[in-house]
Amino acid sequence: MAVESMSGRETGTTLVKRGLAEMLKSGVIMDVVTPEQAKIAEDAGAVAVMALERVPADIRSDGGVARMSDPEMITGIQEAVTIPVMAKARIGHFVEAQILEALDVDYIDESEVLTPADEAHHIDKWAFTVPFVCGATSLGEALRRISEGACMIRSKGEAGTGNIVEAVRHLRSIIGDVRRVTQADSAELFEWAKQLQAPLPLVREVAETGWLPVPLFCAGGISTPADAGLVMQLGAEAVFVGSGIFKSSDPAPRAKAIVEAATNYRDGHILAKVSRGLGEPMPGLEIDGLDTRLADRGW
Amino acid sequence: MKVGILALQGAFGLHERVLSRLGVAPVQVRTPDELAEVDRLVIPGGESTAISKLLDANGLADPLDDRLADGLPVLGTCAGMILLAHKVVDGYPGQRCFGAIDVAVIRNGYGRQSDSFSAPIAIDGWDSAFPGVFIRAPVVESAGADVEVLAKLDGVPVLCRQGSVSVSSFHPELADDDRVHRWFVEQE
Repeated sequence: MAVESMSGRETGTTLVKRGLAEMLKSGVIMDVVTPEQAKIAEDAGAVAVMALERVPADIRSDGGVARMSDPEMITGIQEAVTIPVMAKARIGHFVEAQILEALDVDYIDESEVLTPADEAHHIDKWAFTVPFVCGATSLGEALRRISEGACMIRSKGEAGTGNIVEAVRHLRSIIGDVRRVTQADSAELFEWAKQLQAPLPLVREVAETGWLPVPLFCAGGISTPADAGLVMQLGAEAVFVGSGIFKSSDPAPRAKAIVEAATNYRDGHILAKVSRGLGEPMPGLEIDGLDTRLADRGW
Repeated sequence: MKVGILALQGAFGLHERVLSRLGVAPVQVRTPDELAEVDRLVIPGGESTAISKLLDANGLADPLDDRLADGLPVLGTCAGMILLAHKVVDGYPGQRCFGAIDVAVIRNGYGRQSDSFSAPIAIDGWDSAFPGVFIRAPVVESAGADVEVLAKLDGVPVLCRQGSVSVSSFHPELADDDRVHRWFVEQE
């Protein structure tokens, strides 16, 4: 005989917000610009889609100010799929975030891919029911974002380049420093907090648990199943693919292959099988030749 | 007893942590060979569409169907509940559901992330409430006569069992409370 609970429901708690990030682990979150692309992503096994007007490669080549997407476009994508829908707000643009929350998106990405709205402050993310993901290039940056209320961190990489080298640099920096912090004694943690410019309680939490207080995903430059396998083996817990799918010659099979790679990331035979015959990946860019480094945005 | 956790996508790492704390030494299951070796299985929360496709991609769908038919004890949480259900109302076309327990579920029935919530759950015969965490959770629309409903929230079943199959629409792996896992591994 079931016991009846009457709801004392609490929404927007830290556990509930971080909980959705836990459910996305070992999955692939794909950038999409139309409902049709969102369907392709869902059919391929994406765990979520990021609704935006232009993928990072186009933002990079078009130039100008990149802003939050048109609500109509976001709503169209929400109607097209049953998986979570994320959307991007500019760094510090808390009103764009308020609009995205009103649209009932499942996660907000306070993203360096868009043009920053504030050169000193990020959004106070504790003020929202909807959870936020933020980019980071280092452990200090990750912990600052978590102190502001981010419930998921993604290493930034360099979006829109199809070049994995920056993602690898950022992941190695974050995870390497996590390892070093766990080796520090209690007195050294004060110095770590100062060096990282991060709150001491969060530095202590990393030292005690050996990991960030929220999931660490990877973004920026993933364009092949091998790239997904690489960042997962380095310690990323899931991947974001921006331009890498829909700027390739044949998006649907590539999307499916990257999904299978994120799950079977240690199995060379499966990675070999899913990497076959995918057509041309997105065109790549050398980091040294870039006019704008998106990863430098954020403070 | 060897407890496996389906580790294709989702919160399998959290289940692993809770079970390890109970001294169970769980193993991750991604292949048919790994599935063949376990005596019990946890199907975690995650995205049921993605897990469903990965079951096919990794050749696990038919072997899992066979093991379930043979009475493999299994605990499905959230997405795991959807996969084990008899029917998914408004489901994704072609979505796997193994029909291991006679419940019909509505995917994301509790709504989007803004409606995700935590709430204390009173469970039949347990001395205190369990901290339930519901993330874009499925709603049990109906449960068959052979299904034992162990807990309800606002009149809707949230923890059910039929034979060796147990399902919850909430995430015990997110709670700082190992009683649901203990209950599962101690079942006959």
